[in-house]
Amino acid sequence: MNIISRGFRGRHRPDGDRLPPGQYLVDDFPVLSAGPTPRVPLERWEFAIDTEAEQTHRWSWQEFMALPSETPTVDIHCVTKWTKLDTTWEGVSLDVLFEDVESAAEYALVYSYGGYTTNLPLEDLLDGKAWIVHRFDGEDLEPRHGGPARLIVPHLYFWKSAKWVRGIRLLNEDWPGFWETAGYHNYGDPWREQRYEGD
Amino acid sequence: MRRLVWRAAELAEIVTETATARTLRFRVPEWPGHLAGQHVDVRLTAEDGYTAQRSYSLAGPADGDLVDLTVETAPDGEVSPYLTEVIEVGDQVELRGPVGGWFVWRPESKAPVVLVAGGSGIVPLMAMVRARRQAGSQVPFRLLYSLRDPGRRYYAEELRRPDPGLDVSYLYTRSAPPGASRPAGRIMLDDLAEGGWPASFEPDCYVCGPTAFVEAAADLLLALGHAPERIRTERFG
Ligand SMILES: Cc1cc2nc3c(=O)[nH]c(=O)nc-3n(C[C@H](O)[C@H](O)[C@H](O)COP(=O)(O)OP(=O)(O)OC[C@H]3O[C@@H](n4cnc5c(N)ncnc54)[C@H](O)[C@@H]3O)c2cc1C
Repeated sequence: MNIISRGFRGRHRPDGDRLPPGQYLVDDFPVLSAGPTPRVPLERWEFAIDTEAEQTHRWSWQEFMALPSETPTVDIHCVTKWTKLDTTWEGVSLDVLFEDVESAAEYALVYSYGGYTTNLPLEDLLDGKAWIVHRFDGEDLEPRHGGPARLIVPHLYFWKSAKWVRGIRLLNEDWPGFWETAGYHNYGDPWREQRYEGD
Repeated sequence: MRRLVWRAAELAEIVTETATARTLRFRVPEWPGHLAGQHVDVRLTAEDGYTAQRSYSLAGPADGDLVDLTVETAPDGEVSPYLTEVIEVGDQVELRGPVGGWFVWRPESKAPVVLVAGGSGIVPLMAMVRARRQAGSQVPFRLLYSLRDPGRRYYAEELRRPDPGLDVSYLYTRSAPPGASRPAGRIMLDDLAEGGWPASFEPDCYVCGPTAFVEAAADLLLALGHAPERIRTERFG
């Protein structure tokens, strides 16, 4: 039973069924990250998948851009409680990147330029659930939103959608990332309000 | 596993900071304590069961079961106008925390500190200033506080009082008071070069405020040679 705050009425936004509990809608695009924005020159950029057997699959920017791309339109949900509906991205499905990867690992640790990490079960990246994107709303992805390229995993809280993504390490055991070791939930399902450890 | 529970919080005292901001002192029975820089989630529930939650930084170290938040009215906002204009002493909200283990200052830390605040971004940084004083820490602090005009100053009186080892510079963006040494304008390289510590001192830098401000200030710190891993940021969106 919640405690009622006398005199509070609230705004009662109508879009209930697309808004996970505790979230509110925004039209702008807030930015959240733990440190300064890394700037990654494209000629030095690369993306890698490292398997548990220490095999590395690597793409340069040019190779990455030559892969077939998709333009998913998805809703995104940040743990700081904003939700943005119908965001359109362009990038490469993780299914494409994982095509030639042999692995029996269950866990993925995503790592970024600048040192950020976040973990999730590998299955949450596959089957059309996640993309490495380089464009937002028809424009190249700005550095503050994670450019040149970021991960998008729309069905989890947005801290899982690592900005400035650099690679994915496949692991047999789960390895909590940056926010996950700082008190945030290990999985982060917005529909179950898995914000903090223990939720 | 530690579970963050919602706790009843009763408003015990209101301190007016500016025309649009006030500090709310809540009594939260069995508050577990917190570190300077952490925040709480506040949940409001209307009579018909509708709820809204927002995050607010803790403005000072815990004082038993009392915790302070300082809230600025966001025009047309849903939650902040309630906290700055409607709620009265004796009313209740729910609160849970503390949250956040990264944007924190620990009293045992020995590194010099640069605090860079934009607007209400001063709140968690003030918690660090207060925690330093409470712990009797000798670590040198420098605070740069960017704000629109002198009327926007939070904690004005407290920051005017001498606090050995703490230097405060105000950076007014729209209108500076008469006699100010710096013309009104946005934060620049020179401000951080003069009001902060040189990168060679390896200070811990904490930057907090609206996104655009945090972006600008963090980039300037990088340009001055501060290592990215020593720059911690908190964006209020
Ligand atoms: C970690 C963290 C710590 C924070 N600490 C503090 C703190 O110490 N002090 C503090 O004051 N804030 C703090 N904030 C910000 C705070 O959480 C809220 O975002 C802020 O109080 C605004 O909430 P609100 O409900 O009043 O506004 P919201 O209803 O969320 O609206 C936000 C803005 O969007 C605009 N807006 C909303 N709805 C509409 C609409 N329909 N049409 C047009 N514009 C609209 C409003 O003008 C408003 O300015 C913190 C945020 C974070 C993430």
